[in-house]
Amino acid sequence: MRELALNILDIVMNAVEAGASRIIVAIDERASANRLCVRIRDNGRGMSEEMVQRVLDPFVTTRTTRSVGMGLSMFRQIARQCGGDLTIQSQLGRGTLVTTMFQLDSLNRPPIGDMAESLVNLILGSLDVHFYYAHHTDDGAFGFDSFWLFSRMAEQDCQILALAGPAKIYIKERLKSIASKAVSSN
Amino acid sequence: MKTLADLRAIKEKAKKEMATREQSAKYRISVAMGTCGIAAGARTVMSAILDELSKRGIQDAAVSQTGCLGCCDQEPIVQVTDADNRTITYGKVSAEMARKIIASHVQDGKVVSDHVFDMA
Repeated sequence: MRELALNILDIVMNAVEAGASRIIVAIDERASANRLCVRIRDNGRGMSEEMVQRVLDPFVTTRTTRSVGMGLSMFRQIARQCGGDLTIQSQLGRGTLVTTMFQLDSLNRPPIGDMAESLVNLILGSLDVHFYYAHHTDDGAFGFDSFWLFSRMAEQDCQILALAGPAKIYIKERLKSIASKAVSSN
Repeated sequence: MKTLADLRAIKEKAKKEMATREQSAKYRISVAMGTCGIAAGARTVMSAILDELSKRGIQDAAVSQTGCLGCCDQEPIVQVTDADNRTITYGKVSAEMARKIIASHVQDGKVVSDHVFDMA
């Protein structure tokens, strides 16, 4: 995948399919520590300890349409190529936390990419799920709650699909305002 | 300033609106968003579909995401199901193609024969 926002979309889709009603995506991008950390936490059905051990094997999946599950193993491979790693903490019935670390200045690291597009598509495609996105850099922090869309919808008395464009612009502008001056990630 | 309870009520209203939309929808559009679909460009396709529906003011169509359908070589895949539960599956859909599907199939009821494939 060309950008980390696509990998994140992929992992979050796993959480949606695991029946999560609340998903938090948190990106901590610290040029001062040369570190990029992506955390995806959900309250879905979770996995047994045995499944957690096996889930990073690309030939293991819970799906029935095919026998391979590449998403997590691919994301871990990228992280390892960038001097980082991916870890999974999960509890059956409680949810899952996927933590992925990267060396920020690694030449192998794909750009974070278009988080606004990933996030808005996720929200509009899964209205039952409450999403929260947090992005921290050395120069500031930004949080986006999926309630933002519903609140605007009520204020403007419009269809929710009409807010996809404005929401993307809003998120992109806010992310630009906190972009680290030391290292540009996009 | 809205309270959390206000926001929850607004969200419930939005969900009801989407549920009504789903029930009364002439067409249900589903975008496959498994790893293979996302790697092949499903996110851009989804954005194009949402944008085109909004631009054209089409209200009798519902959009959802699914996981991998098992035809990874045909990704990105878009399925359009009509009120009689007939499903047309489009494969290797680009953003431009997605806009065409909305304009022709969803708005005018004419299946876009390019890129239709049989999952059986």
